[in-house]
Amino acid sequence: MNSLILALRQVRYENRAFWRNPAAAFFTIIFPLMFLAIFNLIFGNEAVMDDRGRTFSLSTFYVPGIMVFAIVGATYTNVAMGIAFSRDGGLLKRVRGTPLPNWSYLAGKLLHAVLLAVLLVVIVTGAGTLLYGVDIPTNTMPALLLTLAVAAATFCALGLAVTALIPNADAAPAIVNASILPLLFISDVFIPLDDAPIWLTTFADVFPVRHMALALHAAFDPFATGTAFEWMHLLIMAGWLVGGVLATLRFFRWEPRR
Amino acid sequence: MTSARKQEPSEWAIDVRSLWKAYGDVEAIRGIDLHVAAGEVFALLGPNGAGKTTTVEILEGHRKRSGGEVSVLGYDPEANDRALKQQVGIVLQSTGVEQYLSVEETIDLFRGYYPHPLPLEQLLDLVGLREQRRTRVKKLSGGQQRRLDVAVGLAGDPELLFLDEPTTGFDPSARRGAWEMVQGLKALGKTVVLTTHYMEEAEYLADRVAIMVQGKIVAEGQPGELALRDRATTVCFRLADGAPSLPRELQAALSPGGAYSLATDSPTRTLHILTAWAVEHGIELEELTVSNPTLESLFIELVGESSGNREEP
Repeated sequence: MNSLILALRQVRYENRAFWRNPAAAFFTIIFPLMFLAIFNLIFGNEAVMDDRGRTFSLSTFYVPGIMVFAIVGATYTNVAMGIAFSRDGGLLKRVRGTPLPNWSYLAGKLLHAVLLAVLLVVIVTGAGTLLYGVDIPTNTMPALLLTLAVAAATFCALGLAVTALIPNADAAPAIVNASILPLLFISDVFIPLDDAPIWLTTFADVFPVRHMALALHAAFDPFATGTAFEWMHLLIMAGWLVGGVLATLRFFRWEPRR
Repeated sequence: MTSARKQEPSEWAIDVRSLWKAYGDVEAIRGIDLHVAAGEVFALLGPNGAGKTTTVEILEGHRKRSGGEVSVLGYDPEANDRALKQQVGIVLQSTGVEQYLSVEETIDLFRGYYPHPLPLEQLLDLVGLREQRRTRVKKLSGGQQRRLDVAVGLAGDPELLFLDEPTTGFDPSARRGAWEMVQGLKALGKTVVLTTHYMEEAEYLADRVAIMVQGKIVAEGQPGELALRDRATTVCFRLADGAPSLPRELQAALSPGGAYSLATDSPTRTLHILTAWAVEHGIELEELTVSNPTLESLFIELVGESSGNREEP
């Protein structure tokens, strides 16, 4: 059988299993919506006017940050945790003993993660539009889609790569969260870094999260006049994507460390 | 399917010569030869740490060997050939399946990896999980999960099935059930390689056994023959305090220890001397037993000899 068909078949089973874990499914979907609601409660949702007299609801500016959070959750965190647990439970080793090509198995996991990310992005923008009058950009839509695609691919690859650093399932949550949460705080995701010391922004610029955040903020900015392709940010993310793939090829383990 | 890597045809399903495996300075397997015929149930026995699992994992393609020749169904398992994987089923000691899928979904998922899978219904019957078919894996008992492991290993209708300690942790009735299942596989003409540390399991199931201790095969053959080979019958009994000493010709056969134990190649004669002596002195021989050599006693002897009885939990 074609290994692509096998990969798509994996997606179906991954998906079925995912939604049957109520806690995981619930929090993956609810967290981004919760952020949207909390930001509205704390910071309000007043109209903002640009110099040409157009007005936009403040919620529009919350959405890109929530997208960053959702993509990281659906790809990086989800993939790394999923692989770490499957590896510890011996699932990876078992699959490896079958004729299923290794890459079909991993592709199934990653494709499912990407679909989840797409779903979250749609839910967040949908809820934002319906409940809080968020404006979905049209001029910058190509840039938005490209940025989302590069970001999802990058964080899938990094999620796979980081599993090499996870010794066992018990350590997975700690390692995954420790590697991503601090970055989410120092990367212009929710908190603007305008008043932060230079060394901190320089540090954050090394990692892909800030580039994703800035590129998404630009591509979701209703005041944007151009097409909002942030090539520099996209390129740096792509660099991390390649790095993640290479690290995976070199260091990925199918069996738990004993 | 490519069969470019297919080696010289071998009359054996598994043909291993001078297999050797080292992890750093530690030699896990120290030059073993193994031959398993097609349709045979072959048991690899040994204490924990003897190298059984390493050996089996090399045969399965999970580990690379450090030296020697290995042929499994005519393929070198190290080549990672898909054609080989389609003909081999593997039930490892600890493997997982997705917790949130049902029994039949799990079996179907794995059936999809093979060109000619066994029908779902047949697999459910083989492992006795028909009633649990819609149960989530998470909710199965330990024994049921193990049976699902076996169903998954059989999904592709393999020629050769590896069972690594298939009944560890089973209660006696579940073990009987598993044994019947393995006999069913044998009836289907499958070759089965199993590792176990239950001697009665090997005696009951295996056509041939090999005993592995510290990385070497120390005995090999049919379980019944192996147990009897060059080994003595044991006569055991207890004597009350103050009993007179045993006849001189029995003294030599006494094994050290609290209770009396005589190893003999001529049990009739030994018993005759012993009972005549007891009757003459008016002594009752308490707990008198005569036992034939068993695979278990052979195993304990061999393990004791080679490892100084290093017991692991």
